[in-house]
Amino acid sequence: MSDSASKPRPQFRNISVPQILSYNLPLAGKTSILHRVSGALLFLCLPLVIIPLFALSVTSAESYASISQWASNPLCKIVLLVLVWGYLHHFCAGIRYLTLDLHIGNNKEAAQKSAGVVIGISLALTVIFGLKLFGVW
Amino acid sequence: MATQERIGTKRLVVGAHYGTLDFIVQRCTAVIMAVYTVVLFLGFVFSSGMNFETWQNLFTFHLGALPVGQLLATLAFLSLAWHAWIGVRDIWMDYVKPAGWRMLLLVLTLLWTVGSVIFFAKILWSL
Repeated sequence: MSDSASKPRPQFRNISVPQILSYNLPLAGKTSILHRVSGALLFLCLPLVIIPLFALSVTSAESYASISQWASNPLCKIVLLVLVWGYLHHFCAGIRYLTLDLHIGNNKEAAQKSAGVVIGISLALTVIFGLKLFGVW
Repeated sequence: MATQERIGTKRLVVGAHYGTLDFIVQRCTAVIMAVYTVVLFLGFVFSSGMNFETWQNLFTFHLGALPVGQLLATLAFLSLAWHAWIGVRDIWMDYVKPAGWRMLLLVLTLLWTVGSVIFFAKILWSL
């Protein structure tokens, strides 16, 4: 205790962009800001990409088939992959928040661990989806 | 002096508890969407071969005369809209302080949300 008191920790107030990049956010903090970023991204893309794709997929057999043509463009593949990651991360992090609300895994160690699990699982599932999308099998 | 003693459980709680409703709504809508995601995924997995008919059927199936597929998708999308509104509103409240900018962004967010609901509903209910 006396050690930390004698050596004042750096304070960050009204942090700027270079400071954000050098700030060593804990794992739970990274999961949290990614939850926000992924949510904002999904919201922005909802009427631009997600609903139009949904429309193509359900309207007719022809429009359903046209999706694979759309997705043959590498840029579209990347967009799809980012959105899939966004959904998976938001989903996994959301489940974590619901369990935290139920006072499950609220201590520091468990919360840091579950934050790592959230990032890991959503990235792993995104990689699997990406391998499938880019036709590895 | 007095304000410094009102911390922890003794803090002064004021307001109309709009935040309590938002807190509960954010979690209820999240659970609805998560359950719907699992339901869709299971429907996807247990359908014999994924093609246009089986995919469309996930959103158009009826139980008797009731269009359950469309009703579930509507429930999930309304949950999404309310959830997204609260979430994006919180982002503006955290980062955008000038009242004029915040109001503009809130109005645009509302239009974006309502527009998405109408867009989705039009596609879903014309199936």
